[in-house]
Amino acid sequence: MSGKDVKALILGDAQADRVVPPTGFTARLTLFASGAMAFLAVFALALSMASGRLATRWADELARSATVRISAPADQMAAQTEVALRLLRQTPGVASVRAFTDAEQAALLLPWFGPDLPLDDLPVPRLIEVIETAEGFDAAGLRLRLQAEVPGAVLDDHTRWRRPLVVAADRLRLLGWISIALIGGAMAAMITLAANAALAANRQVIEVLRLVGARDAYIARAFVRRFTIRGLFGATVGMGCGVLGILFLPQVSDEGGFLTGLGFTGLGWLWPLVIPLLAAVVAFFATGFAAHRTLRSLA
Amino acid sequence: MTFGKEKGADVIELEQVGYSYSGAELFGDVSLQLAPGSFHFLTGPSGAGKTTFLRLLYGALRPTTGRVRVFDTDLAGLDRDGLALMRRRIGVVHQDCQFLDHLPLADNLALPLTVSGRDVTAEAANLKELINWVGLTHRADARPPELSGGERQRAALARAIIMSPDVIIADEPTGNVDWDMSQRLLQLLVELNRMGKTVVMASHDLALIRAAKTQVQTRVLRISNRRLQTAGADL
Ligand SMILES: Nc1ncnc2c1ncn2[C@@H]1O[C@H](COP(=O)(O)OP(=O)(O)O)[C@@H](O)[C@H]1O
Ligand SMILES: [Mg+2]
Repeated sequence: MSGKDVKALILGDAQADRVVPPTGFTARLTLFASGAMAFLAVFALALSMASGRLATRWADELARSATVRISAPADQMAAQTEVALRLLRQTPGVASVRAFTDAEQAALLLPWFGPDLPLDDLPVPRLIEVIETAEGFDAAGLRLRLQAEVPGAVLDDHTRWRRPLVVAADRLRLLGWISIALIGGAMAAMITLAANAALAANRQVIEVLRLVGARDAYIARAFVRRFTIRGLFGATVGMGCGVLGILFLPQVSDEGGFLTGLGFTGLGWLWPLVIPLLAAVVAFFATGFAAHRTLRSLA
Repeated sequence: MTFGKEKGADVIELEQVGYSYSGAELFGDVSLQLAPGSFHFLTGPSGAGKTTFLRLLYGALRPTTGRVRVFDTDLAGLDRDGLALMRRRIGVVHQDCQFLDHLPLADNLALPLTVSGRDVTAEAANLKELINWVGLTHRADARPPELSGGERQRAALARAIIMSPDVIIADEPTGNVDWDMSQRLLQLLVELNRMGKTVVMASHDLALIRAAKTQVQTRVLRISNRRLQTAGADL
């Protein structure tokens, strides 16, 4: 397709459009296929975007950190902290460790107990922040060793349970994209079928056009234009219905879990608009491919 | 690519052309030159290969052996686009005239203009004159399936010449019409030939060929026994 052909495709040519007779069932098949596929694509897209948001949020919350809390009698506190720090530094999968200072701990407790907290007089546990490497550490093994060497230490890795969830959310997003690709492929296949049927039904038309000196590009364009417009129109309607469906999903709350989070946010609402355009592109290439193959075989 | 026609050069030239359908040779070793402005009849029994022969002349078929040159261009060297452009200079009337049945006759006759990107409205006067010339003015809005055999033949002829081609190839245009209509179609082709067009017309109607001979100088080619021969004065 040259630039001139593309221009002719978009602007259209009232005369050229009429050389192919209106075809009933292939038109309906194309409209239905692109409409249904666009409808499904909206949900696949919403799924991808929602799971993407979820994965990002959970991954941020993880931040690969854990805490070791040491509760010990005041005279043993410093010694146990020292042992715990040394032990943690030797643990594979630990990137860095750092004991909170008194001032930091006071700041942490400030919202709960007010500014006048006499920290020295209270048996406040010492906190050690542990930053993991990308591989992470073996929590069960670390717990056992802490137990043996630092009796007052408790390892708190409460954010760890979310890691498989992040993986799951990532996987879900990937499945969403794969669905979109499959939907596009199925749509291309159906439109190709419809285009082939239309081309076969119009063999005489093609022969007549050839006889009077029509170039292949001209004949192909007459078909391609039709199917592209039908694909665009069908997909626009299907996309509209899909978006309405998402719009009317009940919204429980912001944190309302995965199901109610299914949808678009902000500028994300513009993404479904891409679907009809993609459908038109798919129809364009599927029909063009079918037309040129048929025209070659009729040479 | 040029179709520049030198003065005096042959419009169509065949060099030892042969054609076989899946191994079965229909004719072979045909060499022939068609001069500009000539009028040729092609005759022979049904099934002899007249239609096949004509299709070789406008590139709808490629010869099994030998070479076909049209307007000094070897057809073997043309791709499909090249053939399409060449076909705009050759008006073809098929044996079974086919039209776009969903379009009115006038649009069908304008089809060669449409597909070559010409402005049909600018040529409206020409189109009208042409429709009048073939006597179909009253049928301009009819759909092709509503036309009689003779009307279809005249419509096909009008469509073949709207681009003012240099060559007109007609495959048994009088095959399905009565004697009066045959005469009328022949008359149209003779007129075109007098305007300088090269005409090749297949027909097995010897009476019609004899009638033509009284009006124009013609050469009669006959396919028989897998050879193309020039028919003698006995016709
Ligand atoms: N597409 C084809 N495939 C095989 N044989 C064909 C084909 N077209 C024509 N023939 C055969 O070639 C012979 C000549 O056909 P045709 O050129 O139509 O002859 P004519 O026009 O003189 O009647 C016939 O025997 C016909 O059956
Ligand atoms: Mg024939």
